[in-house]
Amino acid sequence: MATTTQDLAASKLFEGVRHKVQSHLTQNEALVFEKSSPGKKAYKMPPLDVPAVDPQSLLGEAARADLGLMPELSEIEIIRHFTRLSTWNYAIDLGMYPLGSCTMKYNPRVNEFVARLEGIAEAHPYQPESLSQGALEVIRLLKSCLLDITGMDTITLQPAAGAHGEFTGILLVRAYHQSKGNPRHKIIIPDSAHGTNPATAAICGYQVENLRSNSLGMVDVEQLERIVTEDTAALMLTNPSTIGVFESEIHKIADILHAKGALLYMDGANMNALVGKTRPGDFGVDVMHLNLHKTFSTPHGGGGPGSGPVAAKKILEPFLPTPVVVEGNLGADGRRLLRLDYDRPQSVGRVRMFYGNFGMFVRALAYIMANGPDGLRQTTEDAVLNANYIRKNLEDVYELPYRTPTLHEVVFSDRRQTQKGVKTGDIAKRLIDYGFHPYTTSFPLIVPGALMIEPTESESKEELDLFIDAMRQIAREAEENPELVLNAPHATRISRLDETRAARNPILRYTPPADKPR
Amino acid sequence: MRYLPKSPGERIEMLQQIGAGSIDDLFSTIPQEYRLERDLNVPRQMAESEIVDYFRHAALKNAAGYTSFLGAGAYRHYRPVVIDSLVQRGEFLTSYTPYQAEITQGTLQAIFEFQTMICELTGMDIANASMYDGSTGAAESVSMAVRVTHRTGVLVARTVHPEYREVMHTYAQHQGLEAETLSFGDDGRLDLAALEQRVTEETACVLVQSPNFFGVIEDIPAIAEIVHKKGALLIVSIAEAISLGVVRPPVEADIVSMEAQSFGVALSYGGPYCGVIAAKEKYLRQMPGRLVGETIDTQGRRGFVLTLSTREQHIRREKATSNICTNQALVALMATIFLVVYGKEGMRELALHNLAKADYAAKQFSSIGGARLLFATAPRFHEFVLETAETPEQMNTKLLKQKVIGGLPLSRWYPELGNASLWCTTELNTREQIDHAVSLLQLDSEEAFTRA
Repeated sequence: MATTTQDLAASKLFEGVRHKVQSHLTQNEALVFEKSSPGKKAYKMPPLDVPAVDPQSLLGEAARADLGLMPELSEIEIIRHFTRLSTWNYAIDLGMYPLGSCTMKYNPRVNEFVARLEGIAEAHPYQPESLSQGALEVIRLLKSCLLDITGMDTITLQPAAGAHGEFTGILLVRAYHQSKGNPRHKIIIPDSAHGTNPATAAICGYQVENLRSNSLGMVDVEQLERIVTEDTAALMLTNPSTIGVFESEIHKIADILHAKGALLYMDGANMNALVGKTRPGDFGVDVMHLNLHKTFSTPHGGGGPGSGPVAAKKILEPFLPTPVVVEGNLGADGRRLLRLDYDRPQSVGRVRMFYGNFGMFVRALAYIMANGPDGLRQTTEDAVLNANYIRKNLEDVYELPYRTPTLHEVVFSDRRQTQKGVKTGDIAKRLIDYGFHPYTTSFPLIVPGALMIEPTESESKEELDLFIDAMRQIAREAEENPELVLNAPHATRISRLDETRAARNPILRYTPPADKPR
Repeated sequence: MRYLPKSPGERIEMLQQIGAGSIDDLFSTIPQEYRLERDLNVPRQMAESEIVDYFRHAALKNAAGYTSFLGAGAYRHYRPVVIDSLVQRGEFLTSYTPYQAEITQGTLQAIFEFQTMICELTGMDIANASMYDGSTGAAESVSMAVRVTHRTGVLVARTVHPEYREVMHTYAQHQGLEAETLSFGDDGRLDLAALEQRVTEETACVLVQSPNFFGVIEDIPAIAEIVHKKGALLIVSIAEAISLGVVRPPVEADIVSMEAQSFGVALSYGGPYCGVIAAKEKYLRQMPGRLVGETIDTQGRRGFVLTLSTREQHIRREKATSNICTNQALVALMATIFLVVYGKEGMRELALHNLAKADYAAKQFSSIGGARLLFATAPRFHEFVLETAETPEQMNTKLLKQKVIGGLPLSRWYPELGNASLWCTTELNTREQIDHAVSLLQLDSEEAFTRA
């Protein structure tokens, strides 16, 4: 029987059309150690204007003989090296980066500019307070903005990141209970929580009590009521939750805790869904952290630095880490000078040296100023609009395990795709071929095979449509040509890496080959 | 709002597609009584030029244009311009933790190079991808040693940066650890006799800093011998990483916790900086934080991945080695670039300049009438403790009038040292600056002499 053209087309396995990207060349680049050659230099010291010293005579046995395989390269090679490496990265500056929970929004460049102004970048943490008034004013203004945004009474900017903020917040909780005579033993954590929550509770000396989510993916209020006792120190709650749902019964949750003297800790990782629309301080939260690198646009930089301010109600103020910025004597201009107060006998102590990641405070404040109250509210609205737009346009092809209305992110499951053996991680890898960074895979744990998508406000309708198009095409590929998805990515410099090999035989540093002595 | 890429028409179109009547429909799950019906009380939306003006104004109220002799855990070194030009590439700046290795090889390879150079500099086998800073790194090192040894005693030298010790105490207090401090001798070094007496079979670790808070280099081999005799671990904290260009690495240590701010990271009023933990390979499984490892892809090509994540909070939850998630990756990249720029010879030359400046400055400042160099017999790097007739505060008030920021008064943490202050000179302090500051104080002490 003759084969018709139509049959041929039907037998061809579906491979989607990549509208957003095409392949281009990237440069190969070795490790700096492999490019090194003795005598090359990328530096020049000024002439030494004091008498030279003999390290051997000054340091004796403590003098160092040599610096091993530290590299030797010229400046142009260094520029090329790191520029080439940079081209192997995906970034927000290239396109949508929908990592749920991570809030990959645009990082404004003016933030970087002002953080590098001389009087800011060169400020030494121990320079006299009289010569630090600019820095202290930035701290004070950022604090007042964050307090109004959260609706809380008091705040510390010292924690260096979100998890560090959690640590600080739970220390405040502990100190509060201790001041009443008993630190209590348990912290309740929903099964949908970030892994940092239970890890934090443990390092603060608390036992973790797991709280199962209800069929809507929310806090099971009746179950909570049953397990909260006078031994419960706090509930650590992410709101909106990790499936993007606002806990509508939040005040009831707070009341249940407060009735037993326990506190409500809010993980503020998802605060970008609430800014300008509602305030944790108004709905019963006692203490919370913010991630300046999520909600307030400071760059993620490949994993950090972050900044994790902790805001709290009045009752926790005596326990804040030292030092605290306060008003001091009148200055020459008739205004009160700011100073650092170390005399706080009930403080939990320091959680970090100096005053925190000040450079991130500068960036976050610049972001707040660029937005103003109207911009911050519009930002929240656009983030929620974008997530719901994606939800609406993908819910017919990907399983939506919880149909509860969501705010800034949407979590699908790979249930339909797994019927062809395709899992969330595979879909994520195929998304790379379409020119997008993957969403967050396999989290939260309450959704088997989760696809956690957070577009943020930074995406145009055009970019969202391209993403939706890619996700729909991948769904079809998974159906009609699963191998294509299972072996993705196909368009990257390297294919999937052998993670088992990396963990079994860890190679964590470069070692020169035997024939190339150091 | 200029960061938002949507027209009003597009917003309406999208709402219609969703089937929502208004944007507030999407917030319907927030109970009415908790909805904020007013504008936030934050500064009004500002133009970029106004934002720049605000921060320029704030910057001017800080100490710009001053000569500084401050160190004490935050050091002013020259930052080669290529650092900022490279780290501001969007591909580094606006990328996330490299979970998706295929499209984050740039960050991963750079971290692998960072880990390698940290090992090389510290004499350790392994190094992580960074910690928040030197103080939390020291605290996490102590927790790590406790996990390794299953002991709870912690001994901390009083010559460790006082703020590092405070942070360590905050971390240790709820983990059932008993932390005690160890005194220092007349030479400003850890009192070895006291150490010998206090370290026991219950001791998990001894934490020292070298160069220590006074700028003095500790006798690491001697300390290690005493510590190891009782099966405890030695943690060496390094606050001034430039010292490693000329100071012997603490190879006898079990764990090294370093602050890498000196490697091209701006002072920035105390942060962000870059901690890092390095250790002997046998302690790998107890290491906190991210690790990058080398592996191959399906075609056998070399590539790098985050590895051994079963130690971490997102897998192990309450049983993790630490709760750390975000680290200091971009700052670690600055340090990596700095180290490659200076390289094998430059790191040594740079360290030698620091050593020479401080040697000169210490001699000059201690020649001032009534001044004396403390701990003069021990080897130092680029900081020294000066004891003066008048209080450091009085001295500094005079210097500030001439736009000079003098040494850091130590009485806050070490009242027994009286009128002592900690001075630091780096390659950026010129002989002229040193001579000028000395002359201001010299003049003053001569006047006092004449009046007397």
